[in-house]
Amino acid sequence: MHEFLAQLANGVELGAIYALIALGYTLVYGILELINFAHGDVYTFGSFTALVVLVALRAAHVLHGVGLILGIVAALLVAILACALLNAGIERLAYRRLRKAPRLAPLITAIGVSFMLENLIELWQGSAPVPFPNVIPNPELRFGALQVGVQQIVVVALAIVTMIALHYFVQRSRLGKAMRAVAQDRDAASLVGINVDRTIAITFLIAGALAGVAGFVGGVSFGSAWFLNGFGAGLRAFTAAVLGGIGNIAGAMLGGFLIGLLESFSTWFIGGQWSNVAVFSVLILVLVFRPSGLLGESLPEKV
Amino acid sequence: MNALLDVRGLEVRYGGIVALRGIDFRVDEGEIVALLGANGAGKTTTLRAISGLLPIRAGDLTFAGTNFRKHGADAIARLGIAHVPEGRRVFTRMTVRENLELGGYAVAARRELDVRIDEVLSIFPRLHERIAQRAGTLSGGEQQMLAIGRALVAQPRLLVLDEPSLGLAPLIVAQIFEVLRDIHRRGTTIVLVEQNAHAALALADRGYVLRNGEIARNDTAANLARDPAVVAAYLGGE
Repeated sequence: MHEFLAQLANGVELGAIYALIALGYTLVYGILELINFAHGDVYTFGSFTALVVLVALRAAHVLHGVGLILGIVAALLVAILACALLNAGIERLAYRRLRKAPRLAPLITAIGVSFMLENLIELWQGSAPVPFPNVIPNPELRFGALQVGVQQIVVVALAIVTMIALHYFVQRSRLGKAMRAVAQDRDAASLVGINVDRTIAITFLIAGALAGVAGFVGGVSFGSAWFLNGFGAGLRAFTAAVLGGIGNIAGAMLGGFLIGLLESFSTWFIGGQWSNVAVFSVLILVLVFRPSGLLGESLPEKV
Repeated sequence: MNALLDVRGLEVRYGGIVALRGIDFRVDEGEIVALLGANGAGKTTTLRAISGLLPIRAGDLTFAGTNFRKHGADAIARLGIAHVPEGRRVFTRMTVRENLELGGYAVAARRELDVRIDEVLSIFPRLHERIAQRAGTLSGGEQQMLAIGRALVAQPRLLVLDEPSLGLAPLIVAQIFEVLRDIHRRGTTIVLVEQNAHAALALADRGYVLRNGEIARNDTAANLARDPAVVAAYLGGE
């Protein structure tokens, strides 16, 4: 029972990170029908920028109390900003000029951008994993049989707050409605006066910002950052987005948590070396039996 | 008199194929102008070029004295041209109210937007009943009302309609044309592309007949409706 609850908590924590990354895939896919393969590496970049800020502030050793909290907030904000700008920059330089090209062209470009980012990050931070400063104290809390770390609570809470904010932004705000309009019908959106290029750029900014939050949270949670982190995490998050129904925001959140739980429980039941098999089997099963995903609309309606 | 919309020498190509050539076309403030022609004559292409949805090869476009040849579609919409596209193109996965709100995307003030939406809902009471429904669940006629309503929230000086009667029951078409007449009476200038040339010429002041991407005739609606050649080509069968 204890072990079950511990795996549950682990799965939710992993799932929160995957969900944040999956949202970035789904937002961009929703508006451009592009799978942004570079998105996982933007997440890696977020981990490293947060790490660099925390190290520069010597947050783990020198800061405490309010100073520590401010340091953490600063690292989070820098990661958000850096990833947002990086993602929007990628769109501006690489994808925008390919908007009218055949769909394969931006897809291959995205893979190319992914390799470039991976190599640039390796050049910057080396090829070995870098320990992430241990900034959030991690005493274990007990709730009956459930034992969770404070870090886990912080990670999940931060992810959930971010997702709620995103949901309200997309559903209620004027820009969020413009994003949905462009996602549904670009011509019709421009006919009501929406600047399509700007709206797409903003979508990349937001997707990048979410990757920044995920990068910070992932660094805290895994305790290290590595230049290839985004490859594996990105693939899992992409699977999560497809599982939930790519293009569907609630689907990405649901898919993220399901993939996190699946990874955690498959590691427990059949061993960590098999968790990839479990996760990507799900991807295959979804693509075969329900290509529109759990919450996706049936494909013919999606145009 | 100054033209509200003035199109000179418009040329559009699809790849190497010339779709429109030397189109001269003007609409004065307060007019209703019909664009007629067979399928493939270039009516929709003309409207899409004016709205900035298609790149222009040559020609000049002026709206209320502003040359907008280089404007993007969104900037043209903000100039005061609202285009109700062929096939309605409502945002099917959004509610009726959200569609109307997007029609007033350029209106920043929330209260002003609400007032305008209420006005549109008074023109189309059917939309009021369906306000919280997804647009994709509406009937074809209701979607056309929504597409027109969405355009009206912007309070355009020029309303451009592409085949508003297509695929709709005669009763609904009559209702929609009645609404257009009413909108025009309130001061909106209208350009109308229609297969239903009878209805279009009954509503319009003037008409242009397009043939193979060029303007073949240009006359008052009354003259066009009487012209045996036009009648034979576009008004036949009825």
